[in-house]
Amino acid sequence: MPIESTDTGQPTIRVVLAKLGLDGHDRGIKVVARILRDAGMEVIYLGLRQTTASIVAAAEEEDADAIGLSMHNAGHLALAPSMLAALDDADLDIPLIIGGIIPEADIPVLEDAGVAAILGPGAPAEEVVAAVRGAVAARA
Amino acid sequence: MSVKKLSVPELVGRALEGDRRAIGRMLTLIERGGESADEITDLTHPAAKGAHVVGITGAPGAGKSTLTGQLIRHLPTLGLKPAVLAVDPSSPLTGGAILGDRVRMDDVAGDGGFIRSVATRGYAGGLALSVPGSVRAFDACGFDPVLIETVGVGQVEVDVAGAADTTVVVVNPGWGDAVQANKAGLLEVADVFVINKADRDGANDTRRDLELMLDLSHVSGHEDGTGYRPPILMTTATDGSGVEAMWEAVTAHRTHLEATGALERRRTARFRYEVASRLTTRMERSIARSVDGLTPDGRSPATVAANLAADLLA
Repeated sequence: MPIESTDTGQPTIRVVLAKLGLDGHDRGIKVVARILRDAGMEVIYLGLRQTTASIVAAAEEEDADAIGLSMHNAGHLALAPSMLAALDDADLDIPLIIGGIIPEADIPVLEDAGVAAILGPGAPAEEVVAAVRGAVAARA
Repeated sequence: MSVKKLSVPELVGRALEGDRRAIGRMLTLIERGGESADEITDLTHPAAKGAHVVGITGAPGAGKSTLTGQLIRHLPTLGLKPAVLAVDPSSPLTGGAILGDRVRMDDVAGDGGFIRSVATRGYAGGLALSVPGSVRAFDACGFDPVLIETVGVGQVEVDVAGAADTTVVVVNPGWGDAVQANKAGLLEVADVFVINKADRDGANDTRRDLELMLDLSHVSGHEDGTGYRPPILMTTATDGSGVEAMWEAVTAHRTHLEATGALERRRTARFRYEVASRLTTRMERSIARSVDGLTPDGRSPATVAANLAADLLA
């Protein structure tokens, strides 16, 4: 039987999730992948040690509605802008969401740079799902 | 300009010129089905050149993604431009999915090849339409071969893999004994067997069990009438050993299909199956409309169905 209960008539949201650069802390991103799956989204999981080029290629090929990057190596002020620049160079208008250890003071910096949403430690599942849905809806 | 704003003919035009974003978007519309998907089918059909369609299937963890990753690294060295449809299951409860096949194919993304992750979206009918649609789209965009990777555990997956020109079944040492090998199912659809993780103990035992199974196909008369016997290859996908020989076996199967006329027969069967799937989808929609709003009225369900059938099939 087709799944009727979760069929909202809306297209399924497809999210690319990755760790960019040298950062082996992938517990959090795996939890997020599961949260988004259980919210009915399709998660294209790229895993560790991705480059901006590999994420752009995956986003193009998978026609991603959003990109989520997990950062636990204090590199977010360099990595997030480089990801945004790579998306811009590729002419890809896809919202970028950052999760992980982001100090309060850096949040406005990332938001000004163009990051669509920032999810810190302990963000509840509903907040994660709402951030992705909101970011996708804002670009539609 | 965002590819989302293009009309379907403009989008397909861009895709056929090799625009990767347009190809990605076109595949999304095919997966969603409906009128746009039908329009794309009409537009890509004339441009399809008959790419070799290869199904790669086997149990979870058998190494299908890693093998596929090795293949798409190897094939460009032969002058080929491969595309991959990596099918993973959707959750039957929420409809969501984690599509993780790219993890094992990552250093090849964007190098001329094209990888698309596909969720089963919980129902057989959708995949039966979208997979052939996506294969046709890849073919029209100049990709050849088109590899379809599926977990071979359910009827849907066996059907999808069986829709290929060549089906590769991946098993591992220690996966089961000779009795398992003779159970009905996945092994029957194999054109090429691959024993992956062949560096592990028991690879030769697995090979012997598979050879014996193939011998029994001969005894029972179930074998292919054209004298083809599926070869058994040994690979270690993590270091790539055996992958070149595996591809040679896949190519040899294609040559065999062409030489015996079996390729045309398989493609004719596939064409009929796709037309039937499309008809089924249309019929299901009509059925859903005709039962919508029905309430028990004292007549038996059989009578109601018989009366409705007269209208539906008129």
